[in-house]
Amino acid sequence: MKAAVIVFPGSNCDRDVTVALRQSMHAGGGGEPTLVWHKEADFPAVDLIVLPGGFSYGDYLRSGAMAAHSPVMTEVARRASRGVPVLGICNGFQILTEAGLLPGALMRNAGLRYVCKDVHIRVESSQTVFTSKYETGQTLRIPIAHHDGNYSADDDGLARLEDGGQIAFRYCDNDGSHSSAANPNGSARNIAGIFNETKTVLGMMPHPERLADAQLGGTDGRPLFDGLIEALS
Amino acid sequence: MSEVTPEIVAEHGLKEDEYQRILEILGRAPNLLELGIFSVMWSEHCSYKSSKVWLKTLPTTGDCVIHGPGENAGVIDIGDGLAAIFKMESHNHPSFIEPYQGAATGVGGILRDVFTMGARPVANLNALRFGDPEHPKTKQLLSGVVAGIGGYGNCVGVPTVGGEVNFDPGYNGNILVNAMTVGIARTDRIFTSKASGPGNPIVYVGSKTGRDGIHGATMASAEFAEGTEEKRPTVQVGDPFTEKLLIEACLELMETDAIVAIQDMGAAGLTSSSFEMASKGGLGVELALDKVPCRETGMTPYEMMLSESQERMLIVLKPSREGLARRVFEKWDLDFAVIGRLTDTGRMVLTLHGETVGDLPIDPLAEAAPEYERPWEPAPSRPHIDAAEIPPPADLGQALVTLLGSPDLCSRRWIWEQYDHMVMADTAGRPGGDAAVVRIHDSDRALAITTDCTPRYCLADPERGGAQAVAEAWRNLTAVGALPLAITDNLNFGNPERPEIMGQFVGCIKGIADACRTLDFPVVSGNVSLYNETNGHGIPPTPTIGGVGLIEDLAATATIAFKAAGEAILLIGETTGHLGASLYLREIAGRHDGAPPPVDLAAEKRVGDLVRGLIVQQAVTACHDLSDGGLAVAVAEMALAGGLGATLGQPDGGLPLHAWLFGEDQARYLVTAPAAGVVLEAARQAGVPAVCIGETGGSGLTLPGTDTISLSTLRAAHEGWMPAYTGA
Repeated sequence: MKAAVIVFPGSNCDRDVTVALRQSMHAGGGGEPTLVWHKEADFPAVDLIVLPGGFSYGDYLRSGAMAAHSPVMTEVARRASRGVPVLGICNGFQILTEAGLLPGALMRNAGLRYVCKDVHIRVESSQTVFTSKYETGQTLRIPIAHHDGNYSADDDGLARLEDGGQIAFRYCDNDGSHSSAANPNGSARNIAGIFNETKTVLGMMPHPERLADAQLGGTDGRPLFDGLIEALS
Repeated sequence: MSEVTPEIVAEHGLKEDEYQRILEILGRAPNLLELGIFSVMWSEHCSYKSSKVWLKTLPTTGDCVIHGPGENAGVIDIGDGLAAIFKMESHNHPSFIEPYQGAATGVGGILRDVFTMGARPVANLNALRFGDPEHPKTKQLLSGVVAGIGGYGNCVGVPTVGGEVNFDPGYNGNILVNAMTVGIARTDRIFTSKASGPGNPIVYVGSKTGRDGIHGATMASAEFAEGTEEKRPTVQVGDPFTEKLLIEACLELMETDAIVAIQDMGAAGLTSSSFEMASKGGLGVELALDKVPCRETGMTPYEMMLSESQERMLIVLKPSREGLARRVFEKWDLDFAVIGRLTDTGRMVLTLHGETVGDLPIDPLAEAAPEYERPWEPAPSRPHIDAAEIPPPADLGQALVTLLGSPDLCSRRWIWEQYDHMVMADTAGRPGGDAAVVRIHDSDRALAITTDCTPRYCLADPERGGAQAVAEAWRNLTAVGALPLAITDNLNFGNPERPEIMGQFVGCIKGIADACRTLDFPVVSGNVSLYNETNGHGIPPTPTIGGVGLIEDLAATATIAFKAAGEAILLIGETTGHLGASLYLREIAGRHDGAPPPVDLAAEKRVGDLVRGLIVQQAVTACHDLSDGGLAVAVAEMALAGGLGATLGQPDGGLPLHAWLFGEDQARYLVTAPAAGVVLEAARQAGVPAVCIGETGGSGLTLPGTDTISLSTLRAAHEGWMPAYTGA
């Protein structure tokens, strides 16, 4: 199993997700994630591509807008079209929407402020390469940390996501119910993460890599990485 | 260059006798560029001219100290071949003028002080003081400062893990923004600013130089008056994205052998960084200012030398390493320019297109920097108030609810949820506890970090207040199970030319020195911020202490949260019911008088060593230090953190209940344990007072003399104030 973590200027969760991937890779037979600098448009073949969180190019334009035009993204898109799984977390999700690999957009949080806290999210489908180690309907505690996490799409777009089973996670209360009080950023239909049509690209605002280690207070994020390694090994 | 007139000298903040000294050093009149350089180098901010004689009295050595004050940041040994590098610095004046950028660039500056020395920054903290919440500016300042700190720290990807906030009318016209960064480096890869090797190239990296922040150091060394908002152009603008690139590029270059010396361009920019490097190495510098990357055309040498544009570093490279270094910085899309070289002349020679525009001797300028032994008078001592003289509240329970919902004691969640406190995935103890706990990457060890100061104690009795600030930092580190190692201090005071203000400074220094000595807790770095006055009103003396401690095993730490029902709650340390200068006195009785609680440093050490031992042996299940608001507030915080109530019994002894509940005696902790016996026996052997005061359980708090108060009532009060105040 080979995994690449793409590093953009301003990425700052590249090490964190590498640590989480490495933990699962070591438990699942070995291997070492590769860090790929964004100018390296020609990187080795891998089984998984991760776009980490951070503030690529400072997010001085729209979040993710500059990185979406980075040299490496042409190659990421090409491989995604061939079915190589791509995981985008936080800024990585924003880059995926800006690059057109996922529909919709991440707008400024409804509360207008940056929010960093644990939230609960509900797994909407366990039938994907990313979520196979979870149960459908399972509630996870995972942190968010973003200023622009308010998922938005037009009604037709939202209907297509619902109909296609493309909603990966929704913000929820700790009992799994989707209340507006549990929505930390105003996202349409409490959306915390979505798949592409083939369920090979996942973008999510919560950071599973931040709670994948009991020393940090929780491990609900770990099965996502364990499941990917298992499925792709 | 225009002629230097007495008016221009005065505008540069130089006194007549200081100007005479310049004439003596140069043997001629300075030109404007040279005058500007003298003025920033001799400003209070850069020269510490009022404080130096007193700073020398602080204890700065200890077993763990690798580099004490004098470097960009303090360096301590934390074992395993690693060092913690840390410092706290103020950005008070800029933050008052432009809260977002002032606070943001404060974070950027302190980060650079730390990674300049070779450390990867791993934690940011901030100690903030605002004016009266009712003052028309306070709300906007609070929102702007918090957004600025978050905006910078979140983007660079260093977690903001802790800090403190106070509100007091004494800060109405002069808020305090003190930012602290902690980094970790290998002990064999620590970099300093001492230049060596005449002929070695001097390289400029990072952002381009603009006209922002010219004379920031001079501004930070003068009082505020009406109309200071007009100084807005001297506030710098931060670019955290470039800072992030600069961190990565510098750390990458530091992995090679290319660097001789490195220094960030902070206050007084290119002037102080080049001066510092040459002065420490006993060398000279030649800088070709036309080589300086500039943001705008037509910038003058004066502007280039005094600009405080952010995210810039100066590096002395080994010969023939320019190509290697250039490749690293070009990879990160940062400016890189060789702008000069070291010389053996001992002079700073500045040229523009080959023509000399400034020529100054370095050592005489540094050595002749003014140093004042300013007159001071001790603060008048305040009488001790006996608890019996202070009336009890109408309702003890209501008094607790009021205190928990007061601006100085309410939850800071509204603030720290705007900070990314988890990036880097090593935050093991999040905000809201006694100290932040940050794991040392790829290990089971951790650093504990805190910032502390109780300004109302320092105002009431500077010496006692100074000692208390150190003791509380030591106690907060102890309360999570860490061994306290060393501190950084950020000394914020009013105008030192007034003897009563200088008296506050001297008193606080004496208290800090005393506490550091007794607790073996040396000062390894620091910053002095004077002239925190507006229209002649000084701030309350605020010597903020940033403390760092070491946790050897993350499995043996403590948090404040109650863990299980039916556990014994034990009070460790001596309780006398001291209410003078307490929050109870201020918030409930409406009084601001009285002496602050005595600080018995020997007792502090004895009690703390006992408690740390209990935590490390995992004999206690929760621990919280007692400070503002006393016992009742601490119990409530532990209950809220654990979502579990408690019942306290009637105390022995004749103390009035309100003094027992709200007194702020020092050197005390609350712990929980499955059974009281082990703790009581350990305390008896250590000669430390300890008593079982109650038991955990239920969904409310029952104090002696009160009805049960539900946790939801307490939580609503505690969590409610700041969101309601800020309007969201």
